[in-house]
Amino acid sequence: MENQQELMHQLKPNTWVDNYADYLFNYAVARVSDSEIAKDLVQETFFAGLKSAKNYKGDAAERTWLIAILKRKVIDHYRKINSNKGKAEVRMSYSSSIDSDGDWLEEQVADPFSKLENSDLENEELGLAIQECISKLPKKQALVFKMKTIQGISTEDICNELGINSSNLWVIIHRARTALMGCLNTNWF
Amino acid sequence: MISCEKAAKICNKLQYKEASFFEKISLKFHLLICKTCPQFSKKNSEFTSLCEKAHLQSLTEEEKIKMKQELENVNE
Repeated sequence: MENQQELMHQLKPNTWVDNYADYLFNYAVARVSDSEIAKDLVQETFFAGLKSAKNYKGDAAERTWLIAILKRKVIDHYRKINSNKGKAEVRMSYSSSIDSDGDWLEEQVADPFSKLENSDLENEELGLAIQECISKLPKKQALVFKMKTIQGISTEDICNELGINSSNLWVIIHRARTALMGCLNTNWF
Repeated sequence: MISCEKAAKICNKLQYKEASFFEKISLKFHLLICKTCPQFSKKNSEFTSLCEKAHLQSLTEEEKIKMKQELENVNE
């Protein structure tokens, strides 16, 4: 019986921010495209997770469980901003461009050759895949890689902040990049 | 002739546009002669463009510390 319990996933709320904040944040930003709102949604997700921790049955991994909560938060967010009845109406207007000849309906159909939608989806998946790989890195490598690559902080500033010299920094960056390339290898190269 | 280790370092600097003119030239020269480094160099550049394409976002350390504090406040 005890063995069975050990097999189940357990919640460790004190590790949530370090382990999942960036992953959830990327997921949220892709959906609300405003980093402040996305940040609030992530925080709310953690709150809600704490609150309903006793309902966690352990059959899903911690991250999957948190993503499920975040999904609800994103939906709630859109409900809230669309709560006025008028805003919920779908408005359609005839496209005003001059050279629109032909059937109205035909013109409204999604362009099957448009790569935009698909590539957005693909880029989001890619972003989450990279975040997942980053979360598997040793803590310092992850920190330096994120500061340099994502936040674009200069080498000098990172060295000052972390108390390392620039050769150290490039060694850490090299290890991080090599590990990340290996991690992404199977799916993305 | 620079070592492969040095070449890798320059190659990484190049990904962040921090390689000097002289470093770039010595890297180019090394890539012409070396058998293994061109592969790493190509992959490294591909990885850079993947990172750009993914529009990676992350919270800053301060934001995370604040999040942790707020979580702890609620937990008490």
